[in-house]
Amino acid sequence: MVEFVLERAGYWAIIGLMMIGLFIAFSAENLIKRLVGLSIFQTTICLFYVSLGKVNGGTAPILLPADTPASYGAGHAAAPGADALVAAGGERFADLHHVYSNPLPHVLMLTAIVVGVATLSLGLALIVRIREAYGTIEADEVREIDMETALAQELEAAKDINEASA
Amino acid sequence: MRELFTTDAGPALINIALLAILFIVAIAIARLRSLFAIVMLSGVYSVVSAAWYIAVDAVDVGYTEAAVGAGMSTAVLLGAMLLTARTAKPDKPFKRLGPLLICGAVAVMLIYASVDLPGLGDPNSPANTGAGMTYVHVNWYDTGVPNVVTSVLASYRGFDTMGETVVVFVAGLAVAMLLGFGERSLAETLRNTKKRSGKGKEGDA
Repeated sequence: MVEFVLERAGYWAIIGLMMIGLFIAFSAENLIKRLVGLSIFQTTICLFYVSLGKVNGGTAPILLPADTPASYGAGHAAAPGADALVAAGGERFADLHHVYSNPLPHVLMLTAIVVGVATLSLGLALIVRIREAYGTIEADEVREIDMETALAQELEAAKDINEASA
Repeated sequence: MRELFTTDAGPALINIALLAILFIVAIAIARLRSLFAIVMLSGVYSVVSAAWYIAVDAVDVGYTEAAVGAGMSTAVLLGAMLLTARTAKPDKPFKRLGPLLICGAVAVMLIYASVDLPGLGDPNSPANTGAGMTYVHVNWYDTGVPNVVTSVLASYRGFDTMGETVVVFVAGLAVAMLLGFGERSLAETLRNTKKRSGKGKEGDA
C-alpha cells in the first residue's frame, strides 16, 4: 500500500500543480494573469508526459559510446551506410548496453512547448487589441462595456421602429 | 526513497525541493496582484520546471523550456504587460468559489484515474515498451546521430516538425496582423497632431 502510494506521489504532485494553473486560468479576471495560468497548466502537462517516459535507472536518450558500435566509426563521419549494414548482416536492431529513457514523449513535448509559445503570443496580441478597444484588460469590465453597448443599440433600434411606425 | 523516479535518495530529494519551489511559485502567482511580479514568477516557474525536466532525463526539453518558456515567453508577456496594465484588480472571494469547486472535482477525478497508471519509472509500462524504445534501438543504424531525440524530431518525424514550423509562422503572421506593421502608430501620430492643432486653434480663439 505504501509502495503503491509512493509510486504515484509524483503524479499527484503534478496533478496538484496542474489544478493550480487551471484555477488561475478560471478565476482570474485579469486577462494576462489568465494566460499565465494557462501556460503553467501547459508546462505541467508536459511534465506529466515526460515523467511517463521516465525509465528507472535510465539516462537521457543520448547514446553512450558503448552503444554506438565502433565498426560504424565514431563521430560525425560515422553515418552507417549500406555497406556497414551489409557488414552487420542487415541487422538494424541494436542490443543496448545502457538503459535509456523513452525519447518519444520528449520529442512530442518539444513540439508542444514551441507551439505553446506561439499561441501565447497570439493571445497576448489579442489582449493588447482588447486594451486599445475597451481601455481595460479585466474580463468583467469588458463584459459590462459590451452589455452597455448592446443595451444602447437596442434602445436606438426601438426608437427607430417607433419613428417609422409614427 | 525509491518513490520519486530513481533508486537514489539524492535525486529524490532534488525532486522534492523542485516540487516545493514549484508549488510556492504557483500559489504566489495565484495570490499576487502585481502583473510584473506574476510575469517574473512565471519565468521562475519555467526555469524550475526546466530543472525538473533534466531530473527526469529530458535534457532537450529542459533546454527548450529554459530558452523558450523562461526566456522568450517571459519577454513576450513582459511586452504585453507594458502595453496594457501593471496591476490586476482585487479578486472577489465569492467568484473564486466556483472555479475552486471545479478544480477540486477535476483533481479528484484525475487522482482516481491515476490509480490505474503504471508506477513512475516502470520500464515495463505500455508507454515504455512501444515505439519510443524502438527508436532508441534503431536510431544509430538509421541516422548515425547519437542524440535520439534530435534524430526522431528531424529524421523520423520531419513532416511533424514542418507542420510545427507552419503553426509558428502562422501565429507570427497573425500577431503581426493584429498589432500592425507600424501603420497603427502612424494613425495615432496623425490623431495626436490633429488633436494638438485643434487645441491650438481653440487657444488662438
